[in-house]
Amino acid sequence: MPGSLRDVVFVDGVRTPFGKAGEKGLYAQTRADDLVVKCIRELMRRHPQLPPERIDDVAIAATTQIGDQGLTIGRMAALLAGLPKSVPGFAIDRMCAGAMTAVTTTASGIACGAYDVVIAGGVEHMGHHPMGEGVDPNPRIVAERLVDTSALVMGQTAENVHDRYPEITKERCDAYAVASQARLAAAYAAGRIQRDLVPVATRHVEQGWGLATADEPPRPGTRMEDLATLKTPFRPHGRVTAGNAAGLNDGATACLLASADTAAELGLPARMRLVGYAFAGVEPEVMGVGPVPSTEKALARTGLTIDDIGLFEINEAFAVQVLAFLDHFGIKDDDERVNPDGGAIALGHPLASSGVRLMTQLARHFETNPQVRYGLTTMCIGIGMGGSVIWENPNHSDFGKERPAA
Amino acid sequence: MSTQTETRGASTPAAPQEVVTQALVRDVQLPGGAGVMALITMDNGRDHTRPTSFGPGGLAAMDAALTRVTERAAAGEIVAVGLTGKPFFFCAGADLTLAATTRTAQEAEQAGQYGHAVFRRLGELGVPSFAFVNGVALGGGVEVALHCTYRTISGGVPALGLPEVFLGLIPGWGGTYLLPNLVGPAKALEIIIANPLNNSRTISGIEAHRAGIADAIFEPADFLEQSLVWAAAVLTGQIEVRRPEIDRDEAVWEAALAEAKKVADGKVNGVAPAPYEALDLVRLARTADRDAGFAAEDAAIARLILSPEFRSGLYAFNLVNKRAKRPAGAPSRDLARPVTSVGVVGAGLMASQMALLFARRLQVPVVLTDLDQERVDKGVAYVHGEVEKLLAKGRISADAASRLTGLVTGSTDKGAFAGADVVIEAVFERMDVKKQVFAEVEAVVAEDCILMTNTSSLSITEMAADLKNPERVVGFHFFNPVAVMPLVEIVKGERTSDVALATAFAVGAKLKKSCVLVKDAPAFVVNRLLTRFMGEVLAAVDAGTPPEVADTALDPLGLPMTPFTLLQLVGPAVALHTGETLHEAFPERFGTSTFLARIAEAGLPAVWSTAADGKPYLSDQVAALLPAGGTPLTVEQVRSRALEALAEEIGIMLSDGLVVGPEDIDLCMLLGAGWPFHLGGVTPYLDRSGIAERVVGRRFLPQGVASVPA
Repeated sequence: MPGSLRDVVFVDGVRTPFGKAGEKGLYAQTRADDLVVKCIRELMRRHPQLPPERIDDVAIAATTQIGDQGLTIGRMAALLAGLPKSVPGFAIDRMCAGAMTAVTTTASGIACGAYDVVIAGGVEHMGHHPMGEGVDPNPRIVAERLVDTSALVMGQTAENVHDRYPEITKERCDAYAVASQARLAAAYAAGRIQRDLVPVATRHVEQGWGLATADEPPRPGTRMEDLATLKTPFRPHGRVTAGNAAGLNDGATACLLASADTAAELGLPARMRLVGYAFAGVEPEVMGVGPVPSTEKALARTGLTIDDIGLFEINEAFAVQVLAFLDHFGIKDDDERVNPDGGAIALGHPLASSGVRLMTQLARHFETNPQVRYGLTTMCIGIGMGGSVIWENPNHSDFGKERPAA
Repeated sequence: MSTQTETRGASTPAAPQEVVTQALVRDVQLPGGAGVMALITMDNGRDHTRPTSFGPGGLAAMDAALTRVTERAAAGEIVAVGLTGKPFFFCAGADLTLAATTRTAQEAEQAGQYGHAVFRRLGELGVPSFAFVNGVALGGGVEVALHCTYRTISGGVPALGLPEVFLGLIPGWGGTYLLPNLVGPAKALEIIIANPLNNSRTISGIEAHRAGIADAIFEPADFLEQSLVWAAAVLTGQIEVRRPEIDRDEAVWEAALAEAKKVADGKVNGVAPAPYEALDLVRLARTADRDAGFAAEDAAIARLILSPEFRSGLYAFNLVNKRAKRPAGAPSRDLARPVTSVGVVGAGLMASQMALLFARRLQVPVVLTDLDQERVDKGVAYVHGEVEKLLAKGRISADAASRLTGLVTGSTDKGAFAGADVVIEAVFERMDVKKQVFAEVEAVVAEDCILMTNTSSLSITEMAADLKNPERVVGFHFFNPVAVMPLVEIVKGERTSDVALATAFAVGAKLKKSCVLVKDAPAFVVNRLLTRFMGEVLAAVDAGTPPEVADTALDPLGLPMTPFTLLQLVGPAVALHTGETLHEAFPERFGTSTFLARIAEAGLPAVWSTAADGKPYLSDQVAALLPAGGTPLTVEQVRSRALEALAEEIGIMLSDGLVVGPEDIDLCMLLGAGWPFHLGGVTPYLDRSGIAERVVGRRFLPQGVASVPA
């Protein structure tokens, strides 16, 4: 075991097109584990120079780890994908930040010398596994008022964030949502989204086989007036609507991580370098504010400030939660550096899979923005948490110089 | 709405029992901007236990789908058409239960023409078509793919084949024309003739790709996705599909045809028409155009579908695949006792083969016993040696080998059976010996241990008579070689309990054998019929018929071997012993043969000797043993006596209730004696030749069961 930490690089990331959960959705009759398998195989296909037996672990996140997301999904997906039986795998869960935690956990393993190359990703088939499926909350939560019951309903926690920050109005949220849809539509038109999508054959008993090649949730052309009249399902006269929040979705992601020296040895691209990360807890009732303390913590630990961050990929579970983050750091609602190609409000948020989507998109932005040295991927997490991962752009002229302490 | 339903009912010729395969069409965006493909999924809406097949309703659904996509191709809406199946099945071909209802040549020809008319559209869409063979593809399922412009196949496809000839048909929806023109005559004939006649062998997806049937192969994990990527690359010109040029030289085709004819002759000896029709069609495929090739297939199908050989083949197929799985007369499966340990009395070859089979299939400890340590050691060593061979061939893993080796042990002490749930004996075929063995075994085993006997001719009832628990004894008659022959006759003695019987059936099923319930009667079914039949052939020799006349008399049936070859396989001494048992039981029908007695007495292994050039001849030694009978028979006389004897014996067995029905007699002959499908076992042949009517006064099977319905 080396005495010092090793650099960890993000090699590549892919995802399935995201679908709408439910009987009419893209993946209504497609298995969750099969979605993961397609991603793993696409990664292997893209990097034939990587001998599959060199993969040291496969970490796949899922919030609900039963049925087609059960059976130690990382291991099972590795076997189903045809990786050698010698490659181990495991399942991981941190609700919405499952894939992000799969990345940070395995990256830490790389840094300390336990791994050279890993696959990390996540899946959530919310059609097969609605949020809260099979949960059994401890009665002490209510009896001892440990957590407000609203903490378990994500939409209600978003309304609670509105209560905490009255200056974040429904109108601001709707405007943010309209922009997210528009940015995604522009990215699609320019072909920037499609390049990291894995086509998935979707079988349906009544319709036969189809092929998923694009995200199902986006509503390009959404206008403020379209959103104004939507219902507020979580609270009468509330502010959170289906229009300014991510939907219920099905999808999977996966990425390849490697130590910098292994990437060099095998000729794998190093598209981002991990600078550091942090997770932080907040009151579960306002889980949406989680990215604020987790980002503060990650910045502090890496010796950076918010001004060092040139690109942000923040998960859009709810517009209000993004705006709370932007307000805290004094960033404008429509700042070009934030989710330049739109976010989860437009393309969906299959819970445990989203973290790697943020990273895959940030890696693409790094390629076209060599002037940016650092980027942030961050997300709020159910039951009151935030996660933040800071990455360095290898295309930047200062890359590799005067690194901050990791 | 009702009008619509009626209209549809009138225009869709769906037979009532057809599970209609739908042709579900969805548009897919091909990768790389190659355009839109209309992807057709063949799906009968059932799960994997009911493969997708084509009847008239399914063909109509495909026809309608192809009409739509042809229009869309003409309108420029799609750039290609794809064809695939539901999970694990591409398509299992024509629905043969429907073929069995065809009564006239005209109906049969129309069925062939309709299939051609629909399937050929896949090659005439105006845009390229792609078959994505995702799973099992048989018969018409292979042919529908052959009509497409291109094919991909999944490396996970377990079986692809054209089994028609095995059943008495030909691949009549384009197979005999398209396949040789795709892969050449030699490979095509292997798939059309040799494989079906070789126990209906199929090939894997990997082999199919290697043979050139598919242009590309992809792993099953993302087979359809990668097939679509490939199709897109073909359409955009990034991939050029190259296939080897077919050598159209007549001599090359004739050589391949001669080779295939040799295979057919070896299997059916010119008797069943299907392989020879197939040979003619493949010959024609060298020069004929598509229309002529398909028309010739239609005509051949019309002939074959009404042929007694096909009807018998279909009947036999259903017996082997359906009735054998649910044995008639077997008690409820719930009564079966769990078997966690097995004892085998005797350590001879048969016993050792049984021990190996029990260990492999039941995966429980098996103890062999015999009188002395030397025999026990030899028996156990045989099993361990066979396990080593399986390991060396890569048939089992090292772990499995070590498990099997550990499972089989031996002892000279029957006390080793104390914990056994089942003990089977395979000792010398003498009643006193067997009774003695069972008495000793009963003294050490638990009250509820099942005792099985592998006797081939002795009475189960008598064998059990003196035991404290006679109800635990059941006959479990294997055929030699134990590992290969698929039949077990399960024999119910007078006092055999349903628990013993149910356990025997459960064990048989776990051994992957087909079991038939037989009442306790001398020599049960297969040996009784073969002995009766052989008895007539031997009687002819005793009467002075030259052996070559007697031995070739049955050739027109296309049996797997001649009577004297069978005699050699069984061994003259064993045949004599069984013959004597049956003679004692039924002296009026089972005679004794002087010729056989002399051969057995002389210790000769066979009637025929083999010359250096492989040809059989009669040695002087055997010739000297020929009885000087003065009334030689002709081949026709020998044949009709043998067949009449069979019919008589079957009639008696059925009226004695020895088996549940004639179907069980046929199952026994198909699986225990290897009698051919084109005879339907035996009773369909005896019915159609009029012998049953003549001898027994009635048909064994009603018209339509293994014949064209009245």
